[in-house]
Amino acid sequence: MSYINVKNLNKTFKVLQRDSGLKKAFRSLFKRDYKYINAVDNISFEIDEGEIVAYIGPNGAGKSTTIKMLTGILKPDSGEISVDGFNPFTDRKKYVKNIGVVFGQKSQLWWDLPVIESFLLLKDIYGLSDYEYNESFNQLKKLLDLENILSTPVRQLSLGTRMRCEIAASLLHNPKILFLDEPTIGLDAVSKVSVRKFIKEINKKRKVTIILTSHDMADIEALTNRLIVIGHGKKLYDGTLNGIKKKFTSNKKLEIIFDKLNDIPNIKNTKIIKKEKNRIILEVDTKEVSISSVVKKYTNECEIKDINVYDEDIDNIIVKLYQELNL
Amino acid sequence: MKKYFSYFKAELMAGIQYRGAAISGLTTQFFWGIILIFVYKAFYDYTSIRSINYKELVSYVWLNQAFFCIIYINKTDSGITNAILDGTVAYELLRPYNVFTWWFSKLISKRYSMVILRCIPILIVSPIIWSPYNLSGPKSVASFLLFVLALFLGSIIVSLINVLIRSIAFYTHQDKGITSIITRVADFLSGFFLPIPLLPDLLIKITKYLPFRLIGDLPFRIYSGNINITTATYDITLQVIWIILLVIIGNIVLLNSLKKVSIQGG
Repeated sequence: MSYINVKNLNKTFKVLQRDSGLKKAFRSLFKRDYKYINAVDNISFEIDEGEIVAYIGPNGAGKSTTIKMLTGILKPDSGEISVDGFNPFTDRKKYVKNIGVVFGQKSQLWWDLPVIESFLLLKDIYGLSDYEYNESFNQLKKLLDLENILSTPVRQLSLGTRMRCEIAASLLHNPKILFLDEPTIGLDAVSKVSVRKFIKEINKKRKVTIILTSHDMADIEALTNRLIVIGHGKKLYDGTLNGIKKKFTSNKKLEIIFDKLNDIPNIKNTKIIKKEKNRIILEVDTKEVSISSVVKKYTNECEIKDINVYDEDIDNIIVKLYQELNL
Repeated sequence: MKKYFSYFKAELMAGIQYRGAAISGLTTQFFWGIILIFVYKAFYDYTSIRSINYKELVSYVWLNQAFFCIIYINKTDSGITNAILDGTVAYELLRPYNVFTWWFSKLISKRYSMVILRCIPILIVSPIIWSPYNLSGPKSVASFLLFVLALFLGSIIVSLINVLIRSIAFYTHQDKGITSIITRVADFLSGFFLPIPLLPDLLIKITKYLPFRLIGDLPFRIYSGNINITTATYDITLQVIWIILLVIIGNIVLLNSLKKVSIQGG
């Protein structure tokens, strides 16, 4: 039995429907139309201790709903969840001591209080001893570089700084599992990189199991190898990032640098993206034509000085994946 | 228990920071106190009211103004409702505490943090205004002590009622409709707008069966001696019974709404 077990999980939401217009608005006072949406539709997966798993899908796919059921906030309509032997919803009070959660779009810190007060409050909430607290706090303070902001009220922190504090707050009680729901949303490049670095480090140092949702594929590429893709509430893919890359990227970018090009050879299944005086960039469909044969044809026309081959952008792969799966 | 008390303390400290709000609130309270006292003066000059004499009434008005932030049911922190509406409430459910008790700590703390800054100036100034417009001393030492106890229990009752109302926001997804009607009616029946002895007989009978009069009306009338010691001890027992009832009802309501909860906003 794995560390986290999810079996045939379902959750349906009732959504009020109302068309625009005064007449329709008036009508809805008396008769309400509802639509039922399967936010999570028969999802199953297993996660081992210490893994970092990315949970991705387009907006409205059911990611957050799944996270909320895994964290015990929402009650599943049907199906089973067991995390470290707990049922998150029914064992909520005991279970939540083992988990840390960051919702990128919401704040768990107290708006009016200085950061350090929020942390001390969390110490009491989780009933940590002075020793436990200090050990954890000092480690986080160092890793996240919090020293200088501890006495600032939360409302005056920048988003990037606040996110560092949010992550620290979710880890103070030394949880075994960390849920990160879009932790890098709205952050600048520097903050993103430092948040990613920290997540990796904490996973290594504390052996925390991490479940992550994000729309930023760079997050996922940097952090994890296992990927679960969902769309319209259904699980569509569960496997490695490389697996998905192999499946959906037959295209590679080929850059050729030369002194003088006599004639551009006409090769099927290649597309010229950019052409300059002594440089050309091609998109090559490697299913149909090999890179080497393209290069060969070019050697006939020019003296090649340098060659670069690039994989397709991960964002494009995901777009393709969503298109293929009709999301 | 420690976590709830720490939270109470933290919120108290945070609330006390807002000096500007306290000063403007204070001015309003003084102003209202003076207006009410003169309106009642005109009222008393032309009618004979036996249920409460003018001196008792003036003390009632000043205490009402001084402890405004404790006794006004409608005066609640909108933070919890906002948290429910925008989904931040999700975090509340991720903590190893009883959400009902947690919200209670927050709301009662907010009330005390507001009242601390506002009551002291009123309690200093109102006794030294010339008679009969001043706040008189308590009837006796016993009535003073019972006043303090009753006001404390009253602050618990009002905060419990607030948590109960907030829990209803889980069902209705907002607090503008039914809950604001409830709080306005409750404030009226608590003697906040008009002291209960001045209400029509029928309404006085109704207030007897409701917890609202136990919030402010009871302690203020104990203070001035309008309610005697024997009745006071009986009513304080009633306060305790209501507290127990409200805790039980509130926990049941919240537990049920948590099962139906849908966290809003992604």
